[in-house]
Amino acid sequence: MTVQERMKIPPQDMPQQDPHVRAHNMNEVALGYTAEMAKTEASRCMNCPAKPCMNGCPVAVNIPGFLAKAAEGDFAGALAIIRETSLLPAVCGRVCPQEKQCQKFCTMGKLLKDQSKAVAIGRVERFCADFVRASGEQAKTDVLPPTGKRVAIVGSGPASITCAADCARAGHEVTVFEAFHKPGGVLVYGIPEFRLPKAIVSEEIDGLKKLGVKIETNFVAGRTRKVRDFLDKDGFDAVFVGSGAGLPKFMGIEGENLIGVFSANEYLTRANLMKAYDESHADTPFWHGKRVVVLGGGNVAMDASRMALRLGAEAVYLVYRRGANEMPARAEEVEHAKEEGVEFHLLQNAKRILGDENARVTGIECLKYELGEPDASGRRSPVAIEGSEFTIPCDTVIVAVGNGSNPLIASTTDGLDVDKRGHIVTDGNGRTSVKGVNAGGDIVLGAATVILAMGEGRRAAASINADLRG
Amino acid sequence: MNKILEKRQLSANVWRMKLEAPLIARERKAGQFVIVQVVEEFGERIPLTIGNASAEEGWIEIIFQTVGETTMKLSRREVGEYLPAVTGPLGRPTDITNYSKDGKKGWVVVVGGGIGVAPSHPIVQAFRAAGNRVTMIMGARTKELIIMEEEMRKAADEVVIVTDDGSYGRKCLVTEPLKEFCELPEKPDEVVIIGPPIMMKFAALATKPYGVKTIASLNSIMIDGTGMCGGCRVTVGGQTKFVCVDGPEFDAHQVDFDNFIKRLGSFKKEEADHKCRSGLFAN
Repeated sequence: MTVQERMKIPPQDMPQQDPHVRAHNMNEVALGYTAEMAKTEASRCMNCPAKPCMNGCPVAVNIPGFLAKAAEGDFAGALAIIRETSLLPAVCGRVCPQEKQCQKFCTMGKLLKDQSKAVAIGRVERFCADFVRASGEQAKTDVLPPTGKRVAIVGSGPASITCAADCARAGHEVTVFEAFHKPGGVLVYGIPEFRLPKAIVSEEIDGLKKLGVKIETNFVAGRTRKVRDFLDKDGFDAVFVGSGAGLPKFMGIEGENLIGVFSANEYLTRANLMKAYDESHADTPFWHGKRVVVLGGGNVAMDASRMALRLGAEAVYLVYRRGANEMPARAEEVEHAKEEGVEFHLLQNAKRILGDENARVTGIECLKYELGEPDASGRRSPVAIEGSEFTIPCDTVIVAVGNGSNPLIASTTDGLDVDKRGHIVTDGNGRTSVKGVNAGGDIVLGAATVILAMGEGRRAAASINADLRG
Repeated sequence: MNKILEKRQLSANVWRMKLEAPLIARERKAGQFVIVQVVEEFGERIPLTIGNASAEEGWIEIIFQTVGETTMKLSRREVGEYLPAVTGPLGRPTDITNYSKDGKKGWVVVVGGGIGVAPSHPIVQAFRAAGNRVTMIMGARTKELIIMEEEMRKAADEVVIVTDDGSYGRKCLVTEPLKEFCELPEKPDEVVIIGPPIMMKFAALATKPYGVKTIASLNSIMIDGTGMCGGCRVTVGGQTKFVCVDGPEFDAHQVDFDNFIKRLGSFKKEEADHKCRSGLFAN
């Protein structure tokens, strides 16, 4: 095929549930390509010499390589190529912000002068992972002979899952310690079912078990056992800390402790992990918000607002102090949220939360904002417009303005250096200031993405494996 | 999975259970708690304070009241059965100070209301072991609800028992003997209060005029117990704190008890609906 012929292949749209239907169910929004669609979309890749997509990928997956296999219909071959680099293709194909990564630089998008017409790399990746899973083919589990060395992994989110897999493959005895009753970390408590089915996360965890990894749930490293004691008393030769960014930020405004104000973490944990949406079965109480305000503009804010719709809210308002261009959320999530009926209030921010005599939320008082000079993040900073106060009546406020580092590990591990934001300091390859202790993922980077966490997990595992060999 | 080793009913709604939990028992210090789930898939996570524990024998004890769905389910589990999830020890341990000076022992008063006596026990023991003289004030509505008297008399130097209805001990609230102690020329060096929030509120108000250091152990609603959700937040000294990781103990004179008490009632309506369905009738 010539380049011109490839340019004429129509980009394959992702079949989706109708917005008005899906806003009331927990099923996955994106229904997935058919095999034909996957082949067609993959064949739009012209295998350009520069391969800018690989540069855009935080872990440099061999994208043209897997697309070529997919274009032939060899989906298992495509998945094998992806798995050389990425251990979580079913997850990343769904949640990666491809429009900011691989797809942003795609040559096909440039030729068509429309980056939204880049090859849909993420959708093809997702198809390959789902196809192979559905066909019952097992991922290869080549494990080196036992080394007799033991590795403790703290947390069971993407960074930890990845590090555990690489260490287990190197022949080490790996135990994962998870604080919750279910492993998966943010994949299970944070990202909702309609974006990432929990059955997929379960399969990734099962994959770990097949590699011989032990998983201890209801174990809070730092409290149930100190990290240093893993090394000094329990016979572990290395520790990886993947405890994540789970410390919800609040705005520090008046009324934040009224009844009906939740961090997005709490709101999503009750709904996702504790299944509060299933009222006939779940014991965890479920907050019946009818008019919900969500504060924030990232993926978590989108998740919380769309969850609120599914939990029966009649109106959901997303309040964000900057404009559409500055929103950090994935473009697809913003679009889906709008389609489902979330009302966007941009260039507005909450000044204080109002309540009644029973301390229950009745509304938020907002200010209008405009954009000023760029701040440290490079985005134009929001400036409040004096005297522009107005009120949005509501009964629920969900605060989704970011997560900081949970301080538990740092505060209970002597000598573990952290920066002023509580992120564990590493040498760039996961080694921390304590010999034998490595770290990666959100606890090092600050709240980021699954794929970055995975890259961190792989780098840290490489360091651990090298250190345990030497 | 944690096996139920012993189970005893102390009164109509109060139960005492010993759970096999060697890892928790090994690390646990006075003042800490656990998060318990009674049912695996759809169960709720609830915080319960740890009473006694034995690292050598690998068990912890919990004393709880059946106030809702999960505590009701918990009370129906039998010896030999397993609880799917008991996580801990959580929270900051009690700050144990030896206030003794110049040959005179320090004096700590611990006030336990209702089942607040259970977590008080290891705290009393710890303060005494540190070298202080410890007085225990135990209060309950009626005689039937006074628990662990014998154990407290062994643990503390002095025990004062009060009941609302006078059916046992002195007929008054815990604030009476507490105020009397604060009025002595040698006031207590520290007061620790554990019990129903309204009791803690008034006990804190009682000691405030005397400037006696007073610590309250708060029992907010929790979900994860590790600081990742903020469901347990409370206002202390005008700042937001998480009970599960900054607490559970705070300077009682700084705690906004009114907001704390209201937040505890966040799900009253949902809990009432649940009670009707599960056979617990609201009282």
